[in-house]
Amino acid sequence: MADVNDRGYLDAASSEPLHPAAREVLLAALESGWADPSRLHHEGRTARLLLDNAREVVADALRARPDEVRFTSSGTTAVHTGVTAITAARRRTGARVVHSAVEHSAVLHAAAVAGEPVEIGVDRLGRVDTSAFAAAAGRPGTAMAALQSANHEVGTRQPVALVAEACAAHGVPLLVDAAASIGREDVPDGWSALTASAHKWGGPAGVGVLAVRKPVRLLPRWPVEEREDGLAPGHPDIPAVLAAAAALQARRTEAAELDARHRAWIDGLRKRIAAEVPDVELTGDPDDRLPHVLTFSCLYVDGEAIVTALDAEGFAVSSGSACTASTLRPSHVLAAMGVLTHGNVRVSLGRGTTYDEVDRFAQVLPGVVARIRAEVGL
Amino acid sequence: MTLELDCRGQICPLPVITLARRIAEVPVGSTVTVLSDDPAAATDIPAWCRMRNQELVSVSAERYVVRRLI
Repeated sequence: MADVNDRGYLDAASSEPLHPAAREVLLAALESGWADPSRLHHEGRTARLLLDNAREVVADALRARPDEVRFTSSGTTAVHTGVTAITAARRRTGARVVHSAVEHSAVLHAAAVAGEPVEIGVDRLGRVDTSAFAAAAGRPGTAMAALQSANHEVGTRQPVALVAEACAAHGVPLLVDAAASIGREDVPDGWSALTASAHKWGGPAGVGVLAVRKPVRLLPRWPVEEREDGLAPGHPDIPAVLAAAAALQARRTEAAELDARHRAWIDGLRKRIAAEVPDVELTGDPDDRLPHVLTFSCLYVDGEAIVTALDAEGFAVSSGSACTASTLRPSHVLAAMGVLTHGNVRVSLGRGTTYDEVDRFAQVLPGVVARIRAEVGL
Repeated sequence: MTLELDCRGQICPLPVITLARRIAEVPVGSTVTVLSDDPAAATDIPAWCRMRNQELVSVSAERYVVRRLI
């Protein structure tokens, strides 16, 4: 068993530790940002100022206007809110919600509740069929479309710019789920709505972003109050929102350096795994992808067994295999791509990841896989 | 000849492990039929065929027919 202090946390795509810049801001804002920002007194105005400041920082990162940005209580809530409120506002046009087969489950669930989901398939790399998506978005009765900026499980970038053009040509609002990429790379323009989640860029959990371009219409299906235009009811967690904005600002200044580092390390890891682990399927686009994600599946290996064995060796990774899910169904992303779903491992690098951790992982992995295979006689 | 492997009730990766272990029992050119109700098998048996250069002949109602090519 590895020393707990000597761990390699390789699951940044699930959540990153709080950025040091966010920690400082969070502690300061706990002292100054607790009042109700809708009140007119000094304390309320101070809180309001912090909230407005956070909104400007996030808007700048998204190339949006501050009044187009709303903070929600999570990335999932941002998706649920955006998909259901846009679809409801378009009910006279229709109820079809066009989306790729590899969206985050929040999008799939929201589309099913909001209207009639129309799923568009992906290729073996996980990239959506652009012409099929465009054709579906152009069909009568389409309320909206949703496409992720890049896939959260395999890292493949989606053709957002092309799809946005097609949607715009048909007057169909496009929601881009950018949770996997914000803070690491810019999202192409052309979206009508964009969602993200702060804990994926080193902000605190419990902060989501829903940006909606004007004049895209929204019709919330719940009691509407004045806060965040009725899209995020209740008193906002201003210290957390401000810390999220501080983390995003810091990450943008570090993004180019982290991008180069992570790309090189993931490229190297990909080659080493292909060379040193037999019967392995490396998934996702090797080049046109997020900088920090690598996913692979090992034949004859149980997903839960490999996550547990790697954890015992000191490495935190995630898996899309069925045995690691409560449903006993494999990841819908891997299934839609038609790649091996068992023995699946996703490695994702964070700002604190060192080359030593990646190198040690590459050294340990072949032995772990061989040991699990030996247990089943293969 | 053909071999039938009843893997119903087994969860992943067991149906694929069983197929890999037993396919050598049939001569090259013959088929193995795997019965599996595991949702992962729908993706994993075709993926195994692709990775191990075997032929997926047909899939229907939890019945996977694989031809041994090597």
